[in-house]
Amino acid sequence: MSDAPRVFNRRTLVTRAVHVVAGAGALALSAAPARATPDMMSEAIRKLVGGAKVNEGRVTLDIPPLVENGNTVPLTVAVESPMTEKDYVAEIHIFNEKNPQPYLVAAYIGPRAGKAEFATRVKLNDSQHIIAIARMSDGSFWSDGADVIVTIAACVEISEQ
Amino acid sequence: MTRALVNVPARAKKGDIIEIKTLISHPMESGYRVGYGGEPLKRDIIQTFSCDYDGAKIFLAQFSPAVAANPFVSFHTVATASGKLVFRWEGDNGFEAEETAEIVVE
Amino acid sequence: MWIGGALADEIPRDQRRSGYETMRPETRAMQDSDADNPATLWVLDGEALWNKREGAAGKSCADCHAGAAPMKAVAARFPRFDAARATPVDLEQQINICRRDRQNAPPLAAESHDLLALEAFVAKQSRGDTIEPNREPGAKESIEAGRKLFNERRGQLNLSCAQCHDDNWGKSLGGANIPQGHPNGYPLYRLEWQSLGSMGRRLRNCLSGMRAELWPRDAREYVDIEMYLMSRAAGLKMESPAVRP
Ligand code: HEC
Ligand code: HEC
Repeated sequence: MSDAPRVFNRRTLVTRAVHVVAGAGALALSAAPARATPDMMSEAIRKLVGGAKVNEGRVTLDIPPLVENGNTVPLTVAVESPMTEKDYVAEIHIFNEKNPQPYLVAAYIGPRAGKAEFATRVKLNDSQHIIAIARMSDGSFWSDGADVIVTIAACVEISEQ
Repeated sequence: MTRALVNVPARAKKGDIIEIKTLISHPMESGYRVGYGGEPLKRDIIQTFSCDYDGAKIFLAQFSPAVAANPFVSFHTVATASGKLVFRWEGDNGFEAEETAEIVVE
Repeated sequence: MWIGGALADEIPRDQRRSGYETMRPETRAMQDSDADNPATLWVLDGEALWNKREGAAGKSCADCHAGAAPMKAVAARFPRFDAARATPVDLEQQINICRRDRQNAPPLAAESHDLLALEAFVAKQSRGDTIEPNREPGAKESIEAGRKLFNERRGQLNLSCAQCHDDNWGKSLGGANIPQGHPNGYPLYRLEWQSLGSMGRRLRNCLSGMRAELWPRDAREYVDIEMYLMSRAAGLKMESPAVRP
């Protein structure tokens, strides 16, 4: 359809997404640490936003403060926005400090969403800080962060059973 | 066998914001783990998930290896027209899956 | 956590709490709706297998069991004592008995995707059904054997199941909540496994936690413990396939 939302041109979507992922991947390789570090997270965020300011607010990252199992941690991100053709949330990116790679997931939304909210489940290696950043249609960035404590499961498999 | 489950309301009023929930069977092996015998487990993840509806891609997610096994995603869209929603997952080792759902918009 | 002191008695019926109740709200939410519960993926596969003709007999489960309706409340009364075979059988074993004897098909491997899927589909028909004490005459011996295994100390930590699940439920073990240890959600999606798993897998995990030797996969001990766990869970409602941390 000709009047598909502008950000939803597939080419822009994919190139942008690949850029974020490749940036993070290259970092993981060059530094070759077992896990990401807060520095790597900042670097991955810088790759996304360039020199732009990341404002606090408008974004709500809902993630349990204490999770029972780091293998499946539910999270929801909601962004305040009128979600009109002119003023909408284009992208949401979620970063972490301590997994092997600093990014968790990115979602490309656009005005057709009506409501800028999405949920997924991630694996978290350890207790850490998580940051969600939204890129608005006007190019501004907004964010929210949350600390998560990951408890260790009891009675787990010690060998293939 | 890959199994996908999508939850889309069967009917909606034009202009309503609907919630869509999806699940798909996939190990999301991160590539950072070792097996019980100490052998490294090769990365095997879904990389993208998308939804097309009424002539446009209305949602796209880019997964990292940290997305949990059997990925769950929920998101929203405005009910604009009756028709098909097409969901696609693509990933490592040529992984591809597609699922569709019909919606009646009145 | 300090584990010791006199053994508490079995938990009285009115104080029995499903593992669901001690989970955190976000884990409960995953179980509350089929659209959120990853176990639904197995249920759908199980439904397809239920309707598929298999083996030399060329029959599907549905052909003999007239749809799935007759499976209602069935999982709430397994394991049951199979008088003809003079042995207790759990739901998994029953499914394989039907595969072997009724469909003339090879049994499905323990913990295999297809067996878990069929079991999840069958067990789901019992959601909300109450577990009642097993009064089959043959079951008593198995229940008592299970009770004994549950109360015996074993493993390098010299612990019994009862010390955690009767005496210390509700407390935390290195961050994990100790549940009462009920079998009412199996097979279930355990976040730790990132997969559906059987009661047997759960029991092997607890045995590992106790640093105890695992019984062979097909050992009678697992069925006896399961028999006892079901009698000790009488009054609770079935939740299969549940979600647990
Ligand atoms: C040829 C007919 C036939 C087929 C095919 C068959 N069953 Fe059965 N099933 C029976 C009969 C007869 C019984 C009761 C006697 C017994 O336990 O063997 C039974 C019992 C059961 C029970 C226990 C029911 C109760 O009330 O205790 C379950 C569960 C079950 N079958 C599941 C299955 C599944 C799953 C399949 C497909 C893999 C299947 N059956 C295929 C004939 C069949
Ligand atoms: C050291 C304490 C401990 C001992 C001993 C122990 N368990 Fe557990 N058990 C746990 C904990 C903790 C969990 C919950 C695990 C989690 O949530 O990560 C659990 C979970 C369970 C469950 C699952 C309950 C549900 O809601 O799904 C069952 C069943 C169970 N145990 C049975 C047993 C049996 C049988 C034994 C003895 C062979 C045993 N446990 C020994 C601590 C123990």
